[in-house]
Amino acid sequence: MPDLSQALEIATATHSGIVRSHNEDSITADAGVGLAVLADGMGGYNAGEVASGIAVAMISAEARKVLAAMNGDMDVQCGEKLLLDQIVRANKAIFQASLNQPQYAGMGTTLVVALWHDNHVIVGHIGDSRMYRLRAGKLEQVTKDHSLLQEQIDSGLITKEQASHSQNKNLVTRAVGIDPEVEPEVHSYPVEASDIFLLCSDGLNDMVTDEDIELTLASLQANLPLAAQQLVQQANDNGGKDNVSVILVRVLRSFPARTGFVDRLKSWFR
Amino acid sequence: MAKLILTLENTLVREVPLDKERITIGRKPSNDIQIENLAVSGEHACIVTILNDSFLEDMGSTNGTLVNGQSIKKHILQNNDVIEIGKYKLKYVAGAPAQAAAPAEDFEKTMILRPSARPAAAKPATLAPAAAAASAKPSMPPPTPTPRLVVPGAAPAAAPAAAVAAAAAKPGEGQLLAAVQILSGPSAGRELDLVKNLTTMGKPGVQVAVITRRPQGYFITHVEGVKFPIVNGKTIDAQAQPLRDHDVIELAGVKMEFFTKK
Repeated sequence: MPDLSQALEIATATHSGIVRSHNEDSITADAGVGLAVLADGMGGYNAGEVASGIAVAMISAEARKVLAAMNGDMDVQCGEKLLLDQIVRANKAIFQASLNQPQYAGMGTTLVVALWHDNHVIVGHIGDSRMYRLRAGKLEQVTKDHSLLQEQIDSGLITKEQASHSQNKNLVTRAVGIDPEVEPEVHSYPVEASDIFLLCSDGLNDMVTDEDIELTLASLQANLPLAAQQLVQQANDNGGKDNVSVILVRVLRSFPARTGFVDRLKSWFR
Repeated sequence: MAKLILTLENTLVREVPLDKERITIGRKPSNDIQIENLAVSGEHACIVTILNDSFLEDMGSTNGTLVNGQSIKKHILQNNDVIEIGKYKLKYVAGAPAQAAAPAEDFEKTMILRPSARPAAAKPATLAPAAAAASAKPSMPPPTPTPRLVVPGAAPAAAPAAAVAAAAAKPGEGQLLAAVQILSGPSAGRELDLVKNLTTMGKPGVQVAVITRRPQGYFITHVEGVKFPIVNGKTIDAQAQPLRDHDVIELAGVKMEFFTKK
């Protein structure tokens, strides 16, 4: 199995925020396999934590197994399918748990999961957990929320500026574990050395403007753990109304997939 | 429920609850709020309400629609906005405080808007996907034996209003301003205002520190380099160090003074 720990640097931070008593976000990240998963659970009592916990644990464990079995011999499309399959599986597991346990009824989670492979990042998401990319000092949002607000923006009903004042921020149109079926969105993008990717729960982007996120990442990129911690701190300084989680992934160098034995043999005779 | 208070020259004309998804304002009798005044167009403006948000839209009126003195085409109404149409004023009052049904905090939690609950047809002409929102179902309510979610009665209104206002307030506003003045080296005498949340200084690749502006004041933190910054002759550790007026910072061989401005 290819080891990306020389190609990726990862820093994470998660905090319950100022207002909430417990943290319903779950995160995991592993530079070696090039995988990052972030989930923001929802549901009464502890159900939100359970839902996000199941999503993160299942997706990271299963993805590792599949990646190990493939031993790096896969293309980007294959990686997209891998994420798609794992999201569908996690959805089934959470939905089943919510059926079996009355206290978990209606639980669900938003999700963003990213896999770095062959100089690409494959990103799957559901709901309003996001991925951003900082390239050449500019921050861009990679994922598009599945939320009422985003639909209103798309239809031209409101502008992005107006959206930041809306009171309907918390309405997502898709989530993992709510229905027997789920519709994940999975895309892949080429990456460049020194790109920085940010995965975050809405507790960050609701409390900290994109401009301040960009400023933080651009000015603190030399110290990724400090950047992660500063993002969380700014969310809390601005009110910390929600759990806030961030995963920062910096691309240190290119990481082309190892070509298969046959390819290598062919290149010998060229 | 949110409402409009219609007044003419400071005399109350009537109160109109925003109890419909779409409420029209104009001179013609077909409007929900009819204003018989020649300065008002036949179909002047409309208000579309989606859960807690009400959107005001001018329908291409001859004399325009003002909100708080500003001419608008589309506007998300905030509590106490004053809409002016001709000589009439309509004050927007956001809904009553949330009932004791649930703690205010719950309304900010993420909720799922179920796609199955969204009607495909019956969308108003200009403002399309809005209709669905009326049937939003939060996934929060107390456990029920089935995952189907309970529809709360009226959409909770006022609780998140305060939260949004607080979130919109820019951090550090009204906070004291600080600056650093370079004391040594080629740019001695230069002053740098610390107006951003984060200001990095030093030499990239050699030694960099960041000064953060927070509600509680200013802090300096080491970012990169083998050497850590020195404050008042003492090397700081990896933790953020609070800065006080006239602290002297040494960074990448340059001395500077931190000071607050009135």
